[in-house]
Amino acid sequence: MKRLPGGGRIDRTRTLDFTWDGRKLSGFQGDTLASALLANRIRIVGRSFKYHRPRGLYGAWTEEPNGIVDLAWPDGRHDPNARSTLVPLEAGMAASGVNAWPNIRHDALGLIDLFHRFLPAGFYYKTFKSPSWETFESRIRQMAGLGTLRPDADLLHYDTRHAETDLLVVGAGPAGLAAARAATSAGLRVMLADDRAAWGGSLLWQPHDIDSAPATDWVAQTLAGLDGATLLPRTTVFGAYDHNAFGLLEQRRTAANSWAAERVWMVRAKHVVLATGAIERPLVFPGNDRPGVMSAAAVLQYLREYGVCAGHEVVVATNNDTAYATAVALAEAGAIVSLADARPDPGPVALTAQSHGVRVRPATIPVATGGHHGLRWVDLAPRSALGTPERVRADLLAISGGLSPAVHLHSQAGGKLRWDEPLAAFLPDAARPGQFFAGAITGTPSLAAALAQGHAAGAAAAHALGRTVTLAAPRTPDAVAPTPITPLWFVDVPDRRQWIDLQNDVTLKDVALAAQENYASVEHLKRYTTLGMANDQGKTSNVNGLAALAAFTGRAIADVGTTTFRPPFIPVSLGALAGLRHGKLFSPVRHLPSHADHLANGAVMREYGGWLRPACYQRIGETVADAITREAAAARASAGLFDGSSLGKIEVAGPDAAAFLNLMYYNEVANLKPGRIRYCLLLRETGVVYDDGVVARLAPDRYLLSPSSSHTAGVLAMLRAWHQTDFPHLKLAFHDTTAAWATYAVSGPRSRDILAKLTTDIDLSDDALPHMAFSEGRIEGLPGRIARVSFTGERSYELTIPAAHGPALWRHLLALGAADDVTLYGIESLSVLRAEKGFILIGTDTDGMTLPVDLGVTAPLRNKHLDFVGKRSLLTPDALRPDRRHFVGLLPEDPSFVPAVGSHARVDGRSHGWITSSCHSPALGRSIALGMIEAGRARLGETVEIFHLGHISRATLTAPCHLDPQGARLHG
Amino acid sequence: MLLIPCPWCGPRDEPEFKFAAEPALRPTSDVSDAVWADYLYLRTNEKGFHREVWSHAGGCGQFFLLERDTLTHTIHRALKPGEPS
Amino acid sequence: MRYSAVSLLRQGLAGQTGWPQAWRSPEPKKSYDAVIVGGGGHGLAAAYYLACVHGMRRVAVLEKSWLGGGNTGRNTTIVRSNYFFPESAAIYDFALRLYEGLSQELDYNIMLSQRGILMLAHTEHDMELMARSVNAMLLNGIDVELLDAKQVRAEVPLLNFAPDARYEIHGGFTQRRGGIARHDAVAWGYARGASGLGVDIIQGCEVTGFDIVAGRVTGVQTTRGAISAGAIGLAAAGHSGVLAGMAGFKLPIQSYALQAMVSEAVKPILDTVVMSSATGMYVSQSDKGELVFGAGLDLYPSYAQRGNLPVEREVIAGMLEMFPAFRRLKLLRAWAGLVDVCWDYSPIIGPAPVQGMYLNCGWGTGGFKAIPAGGWMLAHLLATGQHHPISAPFDLSRFETGRLIDEAAGAGIAH
Repeated sequence: MKRLPGGGRIDRTRTLDFTWDGRKLSGFQGDTLASALLANRIRIVGRSFKYHRPRGLYGAWTEEPNGIVDLAWPDGRHDPNARSTLVPLEAGMAASGVNAWPNIRHDALGLIDLFHRFLPAGFYYKTFKSPSWETFESRIRQMAGLGTLRPDADLLHYDTRHAETDLLVVGAGPAGLAAARAATSAGLRVMLADDRAAWGGSLLWQPHDIDSAPATDWVAQTLAGLDGATLLPRTTVFGAYDHNAFGLLEQRRTAANSWAAERVWMVRAKHVVLATGAIERPLVFPGNDRPGVMSAAAVLQYLREYGVCAGHEVVVATNNDTAYATAVALAEAGAIVSLADARPDPGPVALTAQSHGVRVRPATIPVATGGHHGLRWVDLAPRSALGTPERVRADLLAISGGLSPAVHLHSQAGGKLRWDEPLAAFLPDAARPGQFFAGAITGTPSLAAALAQGHAAGAAAAHALGRTVTLAAPRTPDAVAPTPITPLWFVDVPDRRQWIDLQNDVTLKDVALAAQENYASVEHLKRYTTLGMANDQGKTSNVNGLAALAAFTGRAIADVGTTTFRPPFIPVSLGALAGLRHGKLFSPVRHLPSHADHLANGAVMREYGGWLRPACYQRIGETVADAITREAAAARASAGLFDGSSLGKIEVAGPDAAAFLNLMYYNEVANLKPGRIRYCLLLRETGVVYDDGVVARLAPDRYLLSPSSSHTAGVLAMLRAWHQTDFPHLKLAFHDTTAAWATYAVSGPRSRDILAKLTTDIDLSDDALPHMAFSEGRIEGLPGRIARVSFTGERSYELTIPAAHGPALWRHLLALGAADDVTLYGIESLSVLRAEKGFILIGTDTDGMTLPVDLGVTAPLRNKHLDFVGKRSLLTPDALRPDRRHFVGLLPEDPSFVPAVGSHARVDGRSHGWITSSCHSPALGRSIALGMIEAGRARLGETVEIFHLGHISRATLTAPCHLDPQGARLHG
Repeated sequence: MLLIPCPWCGPRDEPEFKFAAEPALRPTSDVSDAVWADYLYLRTNEKGFHREVWSHAGGCGQFFLLERDTLTHTIHRALKPGEPS
Repeated sequence: MRYSAVSLLRQGLAGQTGWPQAWRSPEPKKSYDAVIVGGGGHGLAAAYYLACVHGMRRVAVLEKSWLGGGNTGRNTTIVRSNYFFPESAAIYDFALRLYEGLSQELDYNIMLSQRGILMLAHTEHDMELMARSVNAMLLNGIDVELLDAKQVRAEVPLLNFAPDARYEIHGGFTQRRGGIARHDAVAWGYARGASGLGVDIIQGCEVTGFDIVAGRVTGVQTTRGAISAGAIGLAAAGHSGVLAGMAGFKLPIQSYALQAMVSEAVKPILDTVVMSSATGMYVSQSDKGELVFGAGLDLYPSYAQRGNLPVEREVIAGMLEMFPAFRRLKLLRAWAGLVDVCWDYSPIIGPAPVQGMYLNCGWGTGGFKAIPAGGWMLAHLLATGQHHPISAPFDLSRFETGRLIDEAAGAGIAH
């Protein structure tokens, strides 16, 4: 193998230095890592997964099973499993082999191969059972795996795009270009994606004339004519999903651009042309895994694309016409070429080859190869008499077992495949809606047909969108008719190893063993032998494997069928798939209007139900627990100020608002008077308490609901669903105004004094504004609302004003309250205050099993005569059980010990329920708790064991309200 | 990724929508436990042609009836509530 | 032939040609004492236990495609028994204990790797809920430990402990006996065991109807002819609703696509199973070196066994929030299972509304870990017509009484 003095589309003026296993090598701009390795005569590029056999490059592109390498870039980037055939060579790259020790040339684990006869497919299912799998597992894990991930080496940015298009053309070979050309001419919006940097597909290495010009000129002209089309080179369509949705991976990294090196496109196409071509499959014969045995199509690509001649003394082995082009090209490049064709009569291609100096041997197949660390000779034998081989010196064996159309995307989207016996290939069966095929994917070997199919597909897509193509189809001289393929699935010498899956080391014998043991379904074969499950996803091995299975089980290939193709077509980095969705953009948290003030006031911000809110305001020298106790105490002693802006504010308006909400809420809300507020529960149909909150009646036909912060969206969705699906005849509308208003609560015995200093036209007297009432008016000159609701059990005022003015009011209230010792308090402090009062916190004290009866709220079920959501579920046998868990208080025996939330009440070794809230109560000077305890209301006064991680304490069951059960403080 | 024809907004991508439920007639509260459990929990869960309620939650917020094949994901049509089917 | 290193050596010298079929592929007989519909893990395990525990040999397993090809061969292979309710703990821990001896029992290495599973908590509230769960589990006799952030970091240093992480790690809890097993091996091991005891495993045999006389099932119609049966067990996971429809009843089950994914193989980087409550993702590294991961459902009814890209990307983004180090790893393969999600996220085991028919379904996303127990319970029902004490709470009647076993609610998820 060597670099030829000319040829290829590499830039020989730009030399790029890189290293391979520490050796300094160089290649040219335009090389892939693989072509550069080949040009530097690197034979061994990998070790097989199981037997650690030395492996050389087999392919040149996505199909490559062997050349998986560890790759480090000078900028610190690292790829543990790079496919060398897909990596554009860059200066400074450091590449090395994976899964070998000490290195890829001399791999100590290669010894495993000596024991191969004891390690057939699935051997691990039959052994390693005693004493246990774990005894062996860690050593086996160390041996498995390919590259080594460096945890801190990802420096890439990833980008995501969404796009819609009239026509997506996958593959810019002759068929794809013809389709894009036709569709564009009719005015369609076209996206053309190809995984190579250069356009033209197979035309890049199989030159022909199209429309009386060299193919390269035709490609250039066609591209120039694609007005307005989105051209995506280096872009692999990796996945096809429902309704013509596609995932595309665009490689954008160049020496000049490292930002958003990979971009995932999610494309919705009205139509798609799959012009994905075909993948050459190997011949299966003894010794076919030796470095130097390569795909004939790949050999041609290395020659034409990179000016690399992969061998000097070459044997080409084939069972079809396609390898002849390789043989001729190699001969033209100066190699000594002989060609073994399994077919007795190869037909006209043989004559052409012979005229180029290729020695053609019909009805001949390879039956053995030899050479340490690389091919030295090939044994060729007549197909009919395998016992009498002729040994031929060779440093390259280029093989072709026929073409497998790249049907992956069709199959991924749910399309069916059919086995075509004459072509010996799986072809796409009926097209999915909006889908067209063109080129080699249809099994056609002819350029003329590919161009015609592409043009027709583009025209058909245009026609479906009401457009017409007037352009003539591109033409090329008719080629001679091909001689049909003669399948050669394997060589009938059962005792010699013949590889089917190179990377996973699956041999013909493994397939035979699977058949013998009745793993006879193609899926069983795949799973039992791991055939097709390596990085290359069986691109070269699937069809050979199932053909062998068919032979061993006496079935036709069509009856064996194939496995379903799964996305992605090539491995796609997880970072690219996640795209921009990471860090702060993964699931953004919401900020309160006064966010900056909270920070300035020393708030400890935590996330509660999607909002970032102050847990408490920590002073210097204080612990969080100290701060909570101080704030809770201050709110009862003087006054506290709390930011409640995240509480939901859903307006429901319309003549039927009252009737509708009465159906929705557990509590009666139709008889609520305007200006009044009621605390209500909202149930699921299953009777489970979904949310609690206050409902204010703003006017006879207008309500304001205040769901808990984390449930606002859910409550709105639930109400909308009920309205639209069950009660569409009721006239009402919803409006979520949560973000439009800021809400602050002033709570505590001196709250009234602070409010008195406020400039407002709202009458704040208890007669005009009693507990559970509200008034609207102007607050400091702004429209607003003041409500008397209390989550602390203290006299409280809730002030609501437009969100934009929230921070100013917050600062104003802080200033007004300074004389009354107003203290900021956060959620955790509020949680203490409400726990003292025995108020529930939804999602903390309740869960997806809690019914209203469990909370002791039974009056509506008894008194409300109308139906409401969840009513029937409150009457099932389980809902009426007396031993349900009830919401109760708990007083720990040791008043200084706060039992952990999540502790269980243990009686006779069994859980009787659990603690849902607990804290040190500054007002009571002792620890308190709330919990859900079996038949708790009937057991008040009973002392139970409290269990937490093996630690036992004791507590007495009480009513939930630990402080001021009469509610006098509300009016204090 | 389904392409769902919202009857109000036109075809939109799957992530904008939420599947809600199989359509079911809500019985009154005086039915037996068995009838109530049937309404609440039991599903036809059809393989193939399936009528289902979806909402365009990330769009217009409207609920609609979708006729869809659960095996092939083919969408037959979308109907506004009350639209004759 | 017994599987062992010795037999492997002996066969190695003989060119591996002496291995018998792992299971037979017989023609269906006209009649069986028990017919199990569904040749996945649960159905095959039921057949195995019918034969070896209850001594019933005239048993058939009918599989419409290839055995082990449904969720058994599509899941992320996690086994655990860290459940909240005593009823759940009883059945899942019974399964885990059977798993612990299964390689020996079946003479087939199912590669049970009890490497522990770690559930992450991201807020103080998560930690409180976790304490509630851990205490419940400890009282249920399950081996769990509550861990603080430091302990979590010591167990899995690759997790995202950056100060600006979207989901801070406050701690978590672990079940050391949890882990992974080789999913195909479980199906194949049970199939081999059952077949060896005389059970007929009939692949490529789809049930097209039931013969029901006076409210009692007497047989099945299949694509390979009619088969009469003394008792019929349904273990068809995502297709349970279809079978129920044929038998004239409905189930509280909806079928969804659940996607699973694997990355390319790399050398060991993750030694335990990690799950996150914030993103719902779960990930482990297979013995082969691939990351195996998943998260939420494609949330609409589907029988397509094919997922969609937006959910796939969501799952991946969620995992990368926990493990930024995995960004450069590549996705190798994504696929979907067809999961039968029961209303309360617990299975349905027990008599069907049709006499002589028994249900084992509704395992949703968690059926693999329960295979031995699900099989055991179904076998018990088929052999005796009665519930095993462990399966009684999972009877279909719970939906009528309202006595659900809502594990999602138990984990603190309001729904």
